[in-house]
Amino acid sequence: MTSITAAAPAGKRLTVGASLRRNRRWALYTSYFFLILFAIFFLLPPYYMIITAFKTDSEMAKLATNPWLITGGATLDQFRILLRDTDFLIFFKNTVIVTVCVVVITMVVSILAAFALGRMRFWGSSILATGIFLTYLVPDTLLFIPLFQIVKSIGLLNSYWAMVLVYPTLTVPFCTWIMIGYFQSIPKELDEAALIDGASHMQMLLRIFIPVALPGIIAAMIFAFTVSWAAFVYPMAFLYSADQQVLTVGTVTSLIRADVYKWGMLMAGALLAAAPPLVIYAFLMDYYIAGLTSGATKG
Amino acid sequence: MADVSLRNVVKQYDDVVAVASINLEIPNHEFVVLVGPSGCGKSTTLRMIAGLEEITGGEISIDGAVVNDLPPKDRDIAMVFQNYALYPHMTVAENMSFGLKLRKFPKAEIKARVDNAARILDITELLERRPKQLSGGQRQRVAMGRAIVRNPKVFLFDEPLSNLDAKLRVQMRTEIKRVHQKVNTTTVYVTHDQVEAMTLADRVVVMNAGKIEQIGTPNDLYHHPATRFVAGFIGSPAMNFIPATLESNGDALRVRLTDTLAFNVPDGRTARYKPYAGKQVTFGLRPEHVTETRGHHNGVGQEFNATLDVVEPMGMETMVYFRIAGTEVCGRVEPTAAGNAGAQMPLRANLDHMHLIDPATGLVL
Repeated sequence: MTSITAAAPAGKRLTVGASLRRNRRWALYTSYFFLILFAIFFLLPPYYMIITAFKTDSEMAKLATNPWLITGGATLDQFRILLRDTDFLIFFKNTVIVTVCVVVITMVVSILAAFALGRMRFWGSSILATGIFLTYLVPDTLLFIPLFQIVKSIGLLNSYWAMVLVYPTLTVPFCTWIMIGYFQSIPKELDEAALIDGASHMQMLLRIFIPVALPGIIAAMIFAFTVSWAAFVYPMAFLYSADQQVLTVGTVTSLIRADVYKWGMLMAGALLAAAPPLVIYAFLMDYYIAGLTSGATKG
Repeated sequence: MADVSLRNVVKQYDDVVAVASINLEIPNHEFVVLVGPSGCGKSTTLRMIAGLEEITGGEISIDGAVVNDLPPKDRDIAMVFQNYALYPHMTVAENMSFGLKLRKFPKAEIKARVDNAARILDITELLERRPKQLSGGQRQRVAMGRAIVRNPKVFLFDEPLSNLDAKLRVQMRTEIKRVHQKVNTTTVYVTHDQVEAMTLADRVVVMNAGKIEQIGTPNDLYHHPATRFVAGFIGSPAMNFIPATLESNGDALRVRLTDTLAFNVPDGRTARYKPYAGKQVTFGLRPEHVTETRGHHNGVGQEFNATLDVVEPMGMETMVYFRIAGTEVCGRVEPTAAGNAGAQMPLRANLDHMHLIDPATGLVL
């Protein structure tokens, strides 16, 4: 290095380095600026939700107060009333049952489908894979009309089990699609090695593919969970009594009476409903990001 | 351990013939290397032996039993892949024992075998690591360990060293040879690197365009190639090929390369080449048989002058490149004897090692 700095063109080289550093600094400033901007943009609604959930009804009714701050003292009344006097806990229980069932069904169906479509080359497998994805492109706002007939004909109208049946129409195609990509990215020598080691297709799937594709499977799982937890159109269309209702529709229908909005309880309900996805995301994110496939082949 | 035999084995993908009716007998304990350029069908042949590719025609047998319709796991073979194909979520020990676990070996036996293989390959201290914590060479050792623990009838290697850097490749080459000497399992090894083929093999099978060009010991192939392809493929730098005419010169024969340059055919070869007198041939001579004039030489040699185009010092020897009748020719000379590029240099061709090739058929005469 000393010889470089001592040489004649050293000064020029240094300015190149400096301008590179300056360039990088500007890139960082710009990144930070926009990241902070977007963070504020996306975090304001949750903030508003949290702050409102802890306010008293009388404070909310006062137009003169600053809506971004709690001025009349924080309270847990909204939660207390919500949990004691409404059907919120029933909605919550129904949602958990539906979501767990949907996630399990989705994972079983789409892992098997993706393994078959992505790894076991057979005639028409790629057309089939595309076909599955195309079904995902049909919006649920369109599908609920024919599905209503189907759900009614099998006698599941106004039962949350209908949700267990219809949500997979949204989750299975997309999850299969995600996992086909994951399974295809696993080098083919890995299944050949397993074949030679004496594994059957089922053993190969359970002992090689599922562990190796775990990040993909978790991504699919998060998707299925989110869809099932946050679905609105189907429960709106198929469920109408409180004991069968799920969180999304239940909270809204029971806490909005004509033009009377129970804002405090709505926000408390939203906060409680948002908690499980948050916890699950935080817990699974590590797995999701970890690149488990590295090291299988030439790195 | 077992012998492997391929009889009229054909592999066809739709209209493309990947392997065209090959016959190969591999006796027990032998180390056979399939070598050839990309797309010559060597890997396909190996994969057919493994059972990873179906056979279009013919018969493959291992240990006397036809295995055409047997799945890979029932063929009792083990394979080492080019990109290692280790299970990334398992430790080295788990990788090596996976096949034994599936075959329901008792735990003590599995442990004994894994420990033994680890000792042979010198990876005992790596057993608890995962593949991503290993270097390329270590991963390749684990892949070999996975094959060794199974104690299969046949080892199959599919270009196992291609992903390693040059130095490591040489080390691992020696390692593979050492392992084979220890376990002595019948081995089929595929590579496109002729040096690997020469150094490892008991017998080399040279393949080209889906066919076997020649089967023989490394020395056989080097000194007595059957075709121009083999002559050119084996040896580095490659054999020089110069278009020539075979002339009668009284009772003797002469290879005429240019108007001013002709080499006399050694007496011992006259009878062999006599029928081709007067015909166009391709004259083949390896670079090490084009040397400087001084020093001790055996056999028939003829001196000629060449104007050097390029001089490449290699340390222990120097490569000189020059042209004869427009064809580039390489010679290997003593570093002290080499001239500079552009200079004239007297050289000596050792014709005891010459080859004549029929340009029409590509066969060595």
